[in-house]
Amino acid sequence: MRIAVASGKGGTGKTTVAVAIAMAATEPVMYADCDVEEPNGSIFLKPEVYEIKKVLVDVPVIDEEKCTSCGKCARFCQFNALVSLGTPPLVFPELCHSCGGCAIVCPADAISWKGNSIGEISLGKADGGRVSVVQGKLDVGGVLAPPVIRQVKSHIPHDGLSVIDCPPGTSCPVIESIGEADYVLLVTEPTPFGLHDLKLAVETVRELGMPFAVVINRFDEGDLGVEDYCGEENILIMVKIPHRRAMAETYSRGGTLLDGIPEMREIFKDIPRIIERGIEEK
Amino acid sequence: MKEIVVISGKGGTGKTSITGCFAALAENAILADCDVDAADLHMLLAPEIISRTDFISGHEAVIREDDCTGCGICRKNCKFDAIDLTSEGKCRVNPFSCEGCMVCVEVCPEKAIDFPPNLCGEWYFSHTRFGPMVHARLGIAQENSGKLVSTVRREAAAKAEELKKDLLIVDGPPGIGCPVIASITGASLLVVVTEPTISGKHDMKRVLQLAKHFSVPALVIVNKWDINPEMTAEIEKESLLGGAHPIGRIPYDRAFTVAQINGRTLVEETTGAVVENIITIWEKVCRKLK
Repeated sequence: MRIAVASGKGGTGKTTVAVAIAMAATEPVMYADCDVEEPNGSIFLKPEVYEIKKVLVDVPVIDEEKCTSCGKCARFCQFNALVSLGTPPLVFPELCHSCGGCAIVCPADAISWKGNSIGEISLGKADGGRVSVVQGKLDVGGVLAPPVIRQVKSHIPHDGLSVIDCPPGTSCPVIESIGEADYVLLVTEPTPFGLHDLKLAVETVRELGMPFAVVINRFDEGDLGVEDYCGEENILIMVKIPHRRAMAETYSRGGTLLDGIPEMREIFKDIPRIIERGIEEK
Repeated sequence: MKEIVVISGKGGTGKTSITGCFAALAENAILADCDVDAADLHMLLAPEIISRTDFISGHEAVIREDDCTGCGICRKNCKFDAIDLTSEGKCRVNPFSCEGCMVCVEVCPEKAIDFPPNLCGEWYFSHTRFGPMVHARLGIAQENSGKLVSTVRREAAAKAEELKKDLLIVDGPPGIGCPVIASITGASLLVVVTEPTISGKHDMKRVLQLAKHFSVPALVIVNKWDINPEMTAEIEKESLLGGAHPIGRIPYDRAFTVAQINGRTLVEETTGAVVENIITIWEKVCRKLK
């Protein structure tokens, strides 16, 4: 079963929750860090990395001998990755979505492809080998997160338990990350910002037609807006995590929720089974 | 006109709360919320919307089922696996996966694919108690948030010109990808709000590399610094190495949460040392701008 951990707002505790589920489980689990702009899961899981691979995306190369400077490729490109001013086109690789369109429309067969590195994938093992970790990292200055996320997702097995740490927000990187999950946990905090962004996240997962529940982090630090909203909308609150200054300090040093608040371990251990039962009942 | 952009790398470090304070303290400024995915600044500033404009960007492929023969050429050529086969053997575009590249439109032998412009969201021009504001809402599950960010900044700059404002204060998005790049290129100054955690440090380093890459000067504020004083010192050292001056520390204070619950900025909510500290930080930001 694949559980995606997401949130509208950043910094609500997605990574904290995802790591806690992976560490509280007793069976083998895959931890997939799809927050490729700021991957932080490894800070807490501390995996031994055994392989690092570049993420290559195809970008066009123009054969200037064959190119007739007709400009069709540049006019076709929807992403402005090719610019032609009566000359063979200039290529802006960071804007290229690798759709292949320019080569399809080129009448002179002047376009071939080369791999352009936009990030890296690392594979590792944590917790004595029980937790497999795959992390994607977008290069600084890189624009397109989704291809890196797709590479991370290609390592997620179909069987067994996987936890997917998603990027914040509601736009394309999030959709890409939660795409093939079986269940989504939306982590929020009990503040007006938390509630506002939770509503956007709920709209998103509902639009995608995915089953989901909410996790409230630092539930005793704000107001009751989030709990009231979940009640009105009939949304399951999977777990409420208390605010402890000791937890904040533990986290700041790279400690996990289970280190900071050990009594949460049993609750997090049960979460995959609760979700499984919930899905089966539907 | 000068432009300050508040960013963080890691989400949830207090960017918007601090931007709100800056908005309250600034004189003759215009405000913009470029965190279009999860815009929150309006919750502190209660903008009164004066005008709304549709944000149309890119296109979306739509297959006319009646004209589709189910030949599958579009599916074969789609690099985004965005075309599914229906139970009736027709092709159908999954709008969540479609990136609007137009390849399917080009290759379809029946010319059965339309390519209408995509309505991705909406942007607003508003009044707030601290001056005019440009903000936006990206549609659910939409692409092109970078382009919407660029639109918000461009419109805010145009309004600044028109209304003779000499400062634009931008609340930026988290991360380092396309919306962040769209927020910071060409800005006068970045204010990076971080927190004293390993994640905060890790993400700040990446954001400072990005600032350097685009040659935008940056300042660093450590929020909730007293959660881990040693890490705060490390972050400040790291920020200097990254070419950014640390200009202040803000202690953990529940007043930020209380202010947010009351729909106010911290400087309106309370008085005393916590506010004095923010004012000092703001003065440093202003000096750096000159």
